[in-house]
Amino acid sequence: MSDSNKAPHVDMLRSPLGRARGLGAAHAGSHHWWVQRLTAVALVPLTVWFIFAVLGHLGASQADMMAWMGSPITMVLMLALIIATFHHLQLGLQTVIEDYVHEDGTRLFAMLAMKAACVLLALACIISVLRLGL
Amino acid sequence: MRDVRDALMVARNTDGKLVRRPLSPHIQVYRWPISMALSILHRASGVALGVGTLLMTWWLVAAATSPAAFDTAQWFIASPLGLLCLFGWTGALMFHFFSGIRHLIWDLGHGFESPAYNNSAWAVVIATVVTTVLIWVVGLAVW
Repeated sequence: MSDSNKAPHVDMLRSPLGRARGLGAAHAGSHHWWVQRLTAVALVPLTVWFIFAVLGHLGASQADMMAWMGSPITMVLMLALIIATFHHLQLGLQTVIEDYVHEDGTRLFAMLAMKAACVLLALACIISVLRLGL
Repeated sequence: MRDVRDALMVARNTDGKLVRRPLSPHIQVYRWPISMALSILHRASGVALGVGTLLMTWWLVAAATSPAAFDTAQWFIASPLGLLCLFGWTGALMFHFFSGIRHLIWDLGHGFESPAYNNSAWAVVIATVVTTVLIWVVGLAVW
């Protein structure tokens, strides 16, 4: 048969575009997975540092906060923590929304609202740290 | 059917009626093994930590705004409701931290065997409780 050397396939009355539509861009899933792990690994030492740092600043005054954030090391670690946290958060919440929100319109709205909230919260934290420390 | 992939989810029951196949995991049917409870708790604690970032953002923004605004934030954190939030947040963070490390070890290809799988689950639970209590003992001592 002339077809014998072709790859296995299922005949159906669907165009290649119709079959691919809605499945997402190629490799986007593995990129999402990888960045989620990357930020997770970064957050392991950063979280440990953050817990000790907060324990050392319980009941701090605003002046204490300024002095603390004024250290370049604190500022760098704090900014790294904020960026890794919110990046990891939006990746995780994206998966949650994809799993539980089934209606297309609601899912799009939830996704946009969640991403916007993560970006705005991250910016608010970053600007606050810079304003305190610079 | 909205999608051709839905065809795989439709089947006939014993009466010959077309029904949608149930999605796994059947949380109403299965008993709850520790690994299943931890799996859903990992997601739940992640979402809880997401809500908790609101508190961290308030804390930082208040500090950058004015001493009065920071005093308000510190007052809320030291209030019973604030302490409850902070305690829940510590527990969720510690759980997600240790459970996340368990996930990373799986990603490296280790820990899937039956005793290791359950032992690491209990190790996560114990580590969460111990570190959460330890953080609060130290925290309340130095506050």
